[in-house]
Amino acid sequence: MTTTKIGLEIHCQLTGAKSKLFCRCSSDYRGKAPNTNICPICAGLPGTLPLLNQKTVEFAAMITLALGCKFPDEIAFYRKNYFYPDLPKNFQLTQYNAYGITSIGVDGKLEYGNGKDARIRRIQLEEDPGRLVYASGSMDSSAYVLIDYNRAGVPLVEIVTEPDFAEPKNVRMFLDKITSIIEHLGVCDTKLEGSVRCDANVSIEGGNKVEIKNISSFADVEKALRYEITRQRTMASREIQVRSETRHWDDARKVTKESRTKEEEQDYRYFPEPDIPMVMLGSEFISFIKQSIPELPDTRKERFMSQYGLSAHIAQVLIGNKELADFFESTLMIYLSPKEIANWIVTDLMSFIDERQREEEHSLFAGLKIGPEHIADLARLVDQDMINRATAKQILSQIVRTGEMPSALAKRMHVSRIDDASVLAQAVQSVFQMEQVAVQDARRNANVANFLLGKVMKITKGKADPKIALEMIQKKLKED
Amino acid sequence: MPVYTLEVEQVVQGIKNREFSAEEYISQLFERIEKVERKLNAFVTLNKKGGLERARRLDKKIRDGEQSGPLAGIALSIKDNICTKGMKTTCASKMLESFVPAYDATVIKRLMAAGAIIIGKANLDEFAMGSTTEFSRHGPTRNPWDISRVSGGSSGGSAASVAALECAASLGSDTGGSVRCPASFCSVVGLKPTYGLVSRFGLVSYANSLEQIGPIGRTVSDVVSILNVIVGFDENDHTTTNSSKLTYSLRERNGLRVGLIREFTEGADPRVIKIIYKAADTLEKQGCKCEEVSLPSVQYALASYYTIATAEASSNLARYDNIRYGFDMNPEGYEWNSYFARARSNFGDEAKRRIIVGSYVLSSGYYGKYYLKAHQARSLLKHEMETLFKKYDVLIGPTMPILPFKLGEKIDDPLKMYLVDIDTVVANLTAMPAISVPAGFADGLPVGLQIMADQFAEQTMLDVAYLFEQAAKVQRSPEL
Repeated sequence: MTTTKIGLEIHCQLTGAKSKLFCRCSSDYRGKAPNTNICPICAGLPGTLPLLNQKTVEFAAMITLALGCKFPDEIAFYRKNYFYPDLPKNFQLTQYNAYGITSIGVDGKLEYGNGKDARIRRIQLEEDPGRLVYASGSMDSSAYVLIDYNRAGVPLVEIVTEPDFAEPKNVRMFLDKITSIIEHLGVCDTKLEGSVRCDANVSIEGGNKVEIKNISSFADVEKALRYEITRQRTMASREIQVRSETRHWDDARKVTKESRTKEEEQDYRYFPEPDIPMVMLGSEFISFIKQSIPELPDTRKERFMSQYGLSAHIAQVLIGNKELADFFESTLMIYLSPKEIANWIVTDLMSFIDERQREEEHSLFAGLKIGPEHIADLARLVDQDMINRATAKQILSQIVRTGEMPSALAKRMHVSRIDDASVLAQAVQSVFQMEQVAVQDARRNANVANFLLGKVMKITKGKADPKIALEMIQKKLKED
Repeated sequence: MPVYTLEVEQVVQGIKNREFSAEEYISQLFERIEKVERKLNAFVTLNKKGGLERARRLDKKIRDGEQSGPLAGIALSIKDNICTKGMKTTCASKMLESFVPAYDATVIKRLMAAGAIIIGKANLDEFAMGSTTEFSRHGPTRNPWDISRVSGGSSGGSAASVAALECAASLGSDTGGSVRCPASFCSVVGLKPTYGLVSRFGLVSYANSLEQIGPIGRTVSDVVSILNVIVGFDENDHTTTNSSKLTYSLRERNGLRVGLIREFTEGADPRVIKIIYKAADTLEKQGCKCEEVSLPSVQYALASYYTIATAEASSNLARYDNIRYGFDMNPEGYEWNSYFARARSNFGDEAKRRIIVGSYVLSSGYYGKYYLKAHQARSLLKHEMETLFKKYDVLIGPTMPILPFKLGEKIDDPLKMYLVDIDTVVANLTAMPAISVPAGFADGLPVGLQIMADQFAEQTMLDVAYLFEQAAKVQRSPEL
């Protein structure tokens, strides 16, 4: 058994802040013509000075609280000096703790996935660089590179964990929790392409640490980690030492590969940014943040259990994704039947979610034509015994694609429960005649009754109430 | 007497009362510039057409009876490291050879709103790094009192243009004495404000934590006129002080307590010392109480200054990679790291020297040894100064320990060159205001009296400067 240690660096854009970290440009750079979302400040023109966006400090403070981190008395910004074409100033404004704790949060812990936890080393505010665009799509085959500074200066919060993960699947659970938290805080729209990114570091058996960069989706983090762990184990088994290095995730081939350019040990020559005075946080600010922080997933889960009487499991599934939890509560606004609705969402609706499409479109219900009003309508039909559960499922499977209201479809299908006992008895009678062998078996083995029920449902085209039909079958088995 | 010899207030009144037109005034100045500029080389760019147009518009406004601003018609030269929208701002560097700012510095906006006319951009040492204006891509600016000698620096063009009657006043920048040194060498008045009094937005950064923009004029009154327009909070500069509108005036005061800094006179040229002692006598006669005082930690000032200044400079100058603006260079055939290196080889020697030194003092392992030490020395010096200001209203000494020297005399010996800044860097390290006022001549060469005051005590400093100026009556403009 090998010991695996995984640590994470998660970058989350504060899209909710509206403007960039150090200027008044919009933080929404997506879909804009290259180099149009810039000003002298974020373009790093000579003579400009950074202006700290107060809102971003509030957002970062909310994340700090939500991840159980401590605040320092005051925060500072540092320059991280290195040359790269996507950096307008050739330094990045970030936070740094080597000369005293001045990043917005440190020393936190986050519980996830039923009783597991991971320690948070540090939370810091920093600016996103611009984007490099390769003419042919890849660095290797392009003669030149284009630079788009629209993204330069977009506020980022970096969350750095301790190497507290041993399993890639736990990493995925942790990342889902983080996503749910920042969504609940309203600081980041995680559905936007590239709004949350993750780098990971992996070591096995106390060996050298390997950094994996360029992982573009959270789903790929798990794959990248599995690949990297296997690679390191294979090397260990052949007694080859794992080198300390940075590897890039090749999205197309689903492997990690050596960086094309050797990244030597860089000296970033950090020093405090002279143009931004230290920001005192103060108890007033902290209590303001505590008051303004929205409901977090864990609190929401408890509320779902106490207010709606949901089970811990169902509540957990719902709050695991803010979109799902919001969908649930929106449905309750229309029709208040919490348990019924929660069941429909968690056990039935979830099965229609197309994972691939969900990843691509960053939306849970991508491709499904369904809203809270549909589920509310469906639950009402069932609650009022207008249709039975099996029919409801059938209806759901159709409307997720058509977007028709359940009650309308039910009407159109003329399906209302077969409540005429004689019609049902007739159906049972004909099944007993057709399936005589099965009937014999059913007398010895009670489970076979379900087979007969299936046949009854089939010839009634699902219109029979299965509960009543089963009772009838069992009664008839004893009679004959 | 030609109008270009008049003081700021006289010009403003003359134009306002239509004794002469702004156009006549500006035309006369350009005739003067044509006559003397080839001897001095004080300007990098002249704005004749724009300046005359603005003058004509002002004349029309006055004829129409419209209100004119406090600096209406005043011709200014602006150091070429202060951004002027639509007018080249080169920092006397190849790296910004063709850089035309897209915005005006805050000080420029304020001067323009007050009616001033920018007639050109003044020469300087490349990126304001130097004490002679010899490190300019456009060649050195010569001293109007003896054109075989240096004008001082780095705002040499500003001081020389004012002394030579090429403009009424100028804006320089002072990081370690760059306003006061050339003011002293050219026998004009140069003021470095308290750090945070004047906005740096639009000043191309050399060392952010030390520098301030400051006015240069032929009289204390002229300097006050400019200062009153540029001071005060700027929402674009976090380091400006958030105070209500400040206004300075010329006041007759006596009984002020003056400390003469022993360490400043000890190392100075005896010819300079003589004039400074005479200046102290003059102040005594005017009712001040003068005493010799000691500032022991001044011994750390230069080392501290050059460590902090080069550290900040190495990072500030990183953005000049010729990707977004700069000079004409074909990137074809370069990998980007080699392109950076090739483009950046176009910095001048002094800029390169400071980038290298600054990178060194910030490199990992040396930060504590140099950068932090420098900051400790800075705090110590500040503390000593604050203690002295409990006893004295102002501290005086020579601005420069030596007389203006010959061109080329020190250019190959950086350490000798750095030593001449010994008396000026104290004000920058302590964030305190300082002014250089003409004190007399030795062997026909100007000597400046430096007057320093506590943070934000500009008024007291100006009181002493005005008192001295009125009593000493030192010649301001040379025959050319």
